[in-house]
Amino acid sequence: MSAVATAAGYEVVIGLEVHAQLSTRTKMFCGCSTTFGAPPNTQTCPVCQGMPGTLPVINRRAIEFGTRTALAFDCTVNASCRFARKHYYYPDMPKNFQISQYEEPLAEHGGLEIDVAGGGVRRIGIQRLHLEEDVGKLVHEGTLETAPSSLVDYNRAGVPLMETVSQPELSSPEEAAAYLRAFRAVLVYLGVCDGNMEEGSLRCDANISLRRRGATELGTKVEIKNLNSFRNVQRALEFEVIRQAAALDAGERIVQETRLWDADRGYTRSMRSKEFAHDYRYFPEPDLVPLELDLAFVERARAALPELPRAGRRRFVEQYALRGAEAATLTGSRALAEYYEATVGAGAGPRPAANWILSELLRVVPGDDEQAVRDSPVSPAHLAGLIRLIDDGTISGKIAKSVFDKMAASREDAATIVGREGLTQVADSGALALVIDQVLAADPKLLADWKSGKTAAENAIVGQVMKATQGKANPALVRDLLKEKLSKT
Amino acid sequence: MISRADVDHVARLARLTLSDAEAERMREQLAAILAYINKLRELDVEGVEPTSHAVPLVNVFREDEVQPSLPREAMIANAPEPAGELFRVPRIIED
Ligand SMILES: [Zn+2]
Repeated sequence: MSAVATAAGYEVVIGLEVHAQLSTRTKMFCGCSTTFGAPPNTQTCPVCQGMPGTLPVINRRAIEFGTRTALAFDCTVNASCRFARKHYYYPDMPKNFQISQYEEPLAEHGGLEIDVAGGGVRRIGIQRLHLEEDVGKLVHEGTLETAPSSLVDYNRAGVPLMETVSQPELSSPEEAAAYLRAFRAVLVYLGVCDGNMEEGSLRCDANISLRRRGATELGTKVEIKNLNSFRNVQRALEFEVIRQAAALDAGERIVQETRLWDADRGYTRSMRSKEFAHDYRYFPEPDLVPLELDLAFVERARAALPELPRAGRRRFVEQYALRGAEAATLTGSRALAEYYEATVGAGAGPRPAANWILSELLRVVPGDDEQAVRDSPVSPAHLAGLIRLIDDGTISGKIAKSVFDKMAASREDAATIVGREGLTQVADSGALALVIDQVLAADPKLLADWKSGKTAAENAIVGQVMKATQGKANPALVRDLLKEKLSKT
Repeated sequence: MISRADVDHVARLARLTLSDAEAERMREQLAAILAYINKLRELDVEGVEPTSHAVPLVNVFREDEVQPSLPREAMIANAPEPAGELFRVPRIIED
């Protein structure tokens, strides 16, 4: 909010560049495994180490994944494209060049719909989508400032990366975060990237500039690197809006530069070294022949596209009568959407299924972790079973919550736990009538209030009966019994 | 046709520190190489499509199947300065 207030009088222009690691089994140009977390330097070979005399060969699945994504983003897949060498010297890259795409990317001219403040929808243009290879990981001994040397793990060098560049059409830090969320959801739906930002499967850089409201010329843009979570994208951009607005207000000039977001300290700082180094001397990669993706290849990829998050969301609203926000959360992850539909498919009502998933399941399972949702300790069938026990009056809603926690801890089904622990709702009117008598006998004032027709008193009695039965009384039955008792007095 | 400033620029991009004598030698050698390459300009290429590849091949792929990597010891053995399971490189100076 403060960012918006400070920037009043300015228009914010943001473009995002997202790097996504493709979920292939092997690297972009060699057969080394891409498994995350392997011991350092155990997944390298002469090709990804750039040894002289080796030849890269393109991973077919990476091209399929790139094509699938391009189609989901409504891009034109270029009939021919090629790889290029991008030269720079940095120890995370053993070859001293990165195989990337430059003048002829895999795809161009797409777009992605995002939700904007006030409930509207905007289509943010996507300039281009291209494939390249990732670089290794630097490990610093001690802090960056004092380290005598750096250490390198090359396991990640050569892992397929897909770079997608948006048009500079995002107009606030919130929109940038919304774009990244929508982007991630599409990738995860397509199964082309696991979307794990903590492990670096999805990384984001931003370009941001400010201009006076009404001005037609774009302001000087600043690139911000190291935005590794939705929250950080928004925080870094909010910081930058305030910084740039303050500088412009003071009559200063914005310097075109690259800045690094420091999440711990909450600010961006200039990376001066990058100012002069942008001379990549691209040229066509001589070791790779061009790609000419024919129409049949592209159409096969199009036919294999799954339902995408926004379409799923619309369908959930219509088919299950969910609210937009509920449907958005449920379709934010493909695994969660599948979980919901499996729960409904197992007989649960669409409404209670949504309630239980949104309020209870997401408490024990991180909804943005596809694998965690698939491995949920409470399966869709078990959740449907629990909802059935509530529906048929076997257990109360209150008891059901504790049963759910036990299910999550033991992976057992609801009926097993309810049976073993005697949690079945007391639906025996004789037993309940006795409890009611005890409650009333213990509190003459309550008895008097109730007889005088106070609703609060009835609620209090029901509450005490529930308490006396450890939540097992069927509250509707208690109310019926009370009505019956009142009519007799 | 290649200046000392060009040599200094390329050397900086390649993270090389050259002495004056080395830089001058590089300038001479690069100039000779570029002069030789320039002979190509004498060819008449009117009507010839630009190409980056001499072989008439497209779409060469491999399947996404894991092949054994090189053992770490073998890979690290090539490092000028190994550090256990990692490669050691000079400190990265960001600014
Ligand atoms: Zn390799």
